Amino acid sequence: MLETRRVNSAAKLPQEEIMQTAEIKLRGRELPLKATRFGYGEGLVELGKRHDNVVVLGGDLTSSTSASLFKDVFPDRFFSIGIAEQNMTGIAGGLSLAGKIPFISTYCVFSAGRAWDQLRTTVAYSELNVKVGGAHGGVSVGPDGATHQGLEDISTTRCLPNLTVTVPCDAIETKKCTIAIGEKIGPCYIRFGREPVPVITTEDTPFVLGEATQFRSGKDCTIIACGYMVYRSLLAAEELESENISVRVINLHTIKPIDKEAITKACRETGCVVTAEEHQVMGGMGSAVAEVIVQNSPVPVEMIGILDRFGESGEPEELMDDFNLSVNDLKMAVKRAIARKKKLNV
Amino acid sequence: MSFFRLRPFRRRRASVARMAKGVEELKQIAVQLRIDVISMLVEAGSGHSGGSLSSADVMAVLFFNEMNYDPKNPQWEERDRFILSKGHVCPIFYAALARAGYYSPEEMLTLRKLHTRLQGHPGKNKGLPGIEVSTGSLGQGLSVGVGLALGAKTDKKNWRVYVLNGDGELDEGSIWEAVMAAGHYHLDNLVSVVDNNDLQIDGRVSDVMNIYPIDKKFEAFNWFAIHANGHDVADLLKALAKARENKGKPTVIIAHTTKGKGVSFMENQAGWHGKAPNVKEAKQALEELRREQERTGIWSGAKVQLQPAKLRQ
Repeated sequence: MLETRRVNSAAKLPQEEIMQTAEIKLRGRELPLKATRFGYGEGLVELGKRHDNVVVLGGDLTSSTSASLFKDVFPDRFFSIGIAEQNMTGIAGGLSLAGKIPFISTYCVFSAGRAWDQLRTTVAYSELNVKVGGAHGGVSVGPDGATHQGLEDISTTRCLPNLTVTVPCDAIETKKCTIAIGEKIGPCYIRFGREPVPVITTEDTPFVLGEATQFRSGKDCTIIACGYMVYRSLLAAEELESENISVRVINLHTIKPIDKEAITKACRETGCVVTAEEHQVMGGMGSAVAEVIVQNSPVPVEMIGILDRFGESGEPEELMDDFNLSVNDLKMAVKRAIARKKKLNV
Repeated sequence: MSFFRLRPFRRRRASVARMAKGVEELKQIAVQLRIDVISMLVEAGSGHSGGSLSSADVMAVLFFNEMNYDPKNPQWEERDRFILSKGHVCPIFYAALARAGYYSPEEMLTLRKLHTRLQGHPGKNKGLPGIEVSTGSLGQGLSVGVGLALGAKTDKKNWRVYVLNGDGELDEGSIWEAVMAAGHYHLDNLVSVVDNNDLQIDGRVSDVMNIYPIDKKFEAFNWFAIHANGHDVADLLKALAKARENKGKPTVIIAHTTKGKGVSFMENQAGWHGKAPNVKEAKQALEELRREQERTGIWSGAKVQLQPAKLRQ
């Protein structure tokens, strides 16, 4: 249930399974900035055009989550539920039973926190075709502070059977991911953020649910990242290149079902791993990766994430650095991982 | 074309729509369901007696008169939907489904056994037809009902949604979110029946957490509220008919019931909320219910009577 067969969608070679790749170089480029929540809104509109039974529910955060983009185009398919997330989750369940494909979105502290029992019993246990948007994931939410900075949602969602859990890396990927989960049958969760972040992928970058994408090849260490940390991981890898350290970067946009093969392949081929997420280290994406590594291909793992702290007010970029999510933190983690690898191999 | 949306095959018109059974037969059915509940519970060795018995008449009226459905075609698109929001009283729900023809009655004795389709609280994908959504965590089923009713209204469908709630369940805040939303959206295709047996686990509802007056609360959220004697099938039928006439607002039927109704030593006892009768108690309960059957007449629709192994010892 948790494993996926991976095939490069561009060139299917039956004898050989190749990971989805898209080499991304950042050096010298001026990247556009766009918040992932806009990718979500655009994805909803595209889905709405393709399928007339897609509906969107609003929890009084319609423009903040960009569900407003859908509401503007399809006002008859938008339902305002107000500040009532538990009810919103249950109503989405009912709408799915009436033949709709409902999307609910609110801040992930609410959609994956406050309404967790509804997500568990009404949606996941009943396997209803409900799509849950978790907005404002990470400390980069900024000035609103701890109550609104969702740092636990990957942990609270991935432990639910039947729930697909996704964390796309930029606005373009968020749009693709939104469409993909809309067209997949079954409960799905998508996490996105508030602040504009660099757009690092293109329309041609491969995206398949459950299949990790390699954004940079390397042989000394692998950084497995999700969300905004993918960009920072690429920056760290490029800087380490000048120190003759070759770092692979994998974008793990689907936390569940997890791409076990991509992870174990990275372990075999690079010998050590750094996980990187804008989320608590305890129970998040890094933990999910570690579960695979420990059971299949044990190698040294360093984990970059929130270290058991609640969020705080501040500007997004300064918060990222204050919370040990800086490019420098990533580089140090890579070096620690490589040192541990060398010690084991002596 | 959107192939992700389930397009129904053209089905023949349902051969069974509303059962529309009369008052005398409904009384017989209610006793039969109570007998089934006791048999199921003693065999299972655990489960919820009090609330299953208090809602037996409501369930008889809903399944054997009011609701439009086809037990041989549980996915019939035009069916009325029923949600057991107070999921713990699933014994009475499983009994109603069996006697309505969704599955064969003998299977009732598998309640709570390993790998059963009759889980301790209704599990949607365990294979038992007739369960619209998994319930058991109180306060969630009414929201699902609101979503169904909203979907039906949006698509201009004529099917209705019936939700059975507990009175203790009204403690849950999410219930009032659902009530508020149903009033906001004028969901007159939605009916909540509250099994007001006045008891929850820790005691009388007014002592544990007072939810009275129930009617005023619902009315404040833009619902119609009707009181009914929850053990008088004629009164329940009247209430449901009124609910169907009510336009522009959803309806709550506050069914005044006795927890454990039909079994003298269970009646009005909070302690029988989550307890199943032992062999001796079950035998006594069944004796009382059989005497009641002599009064109402035995329902001819029950082709099979349950024979719990535990009672044959």
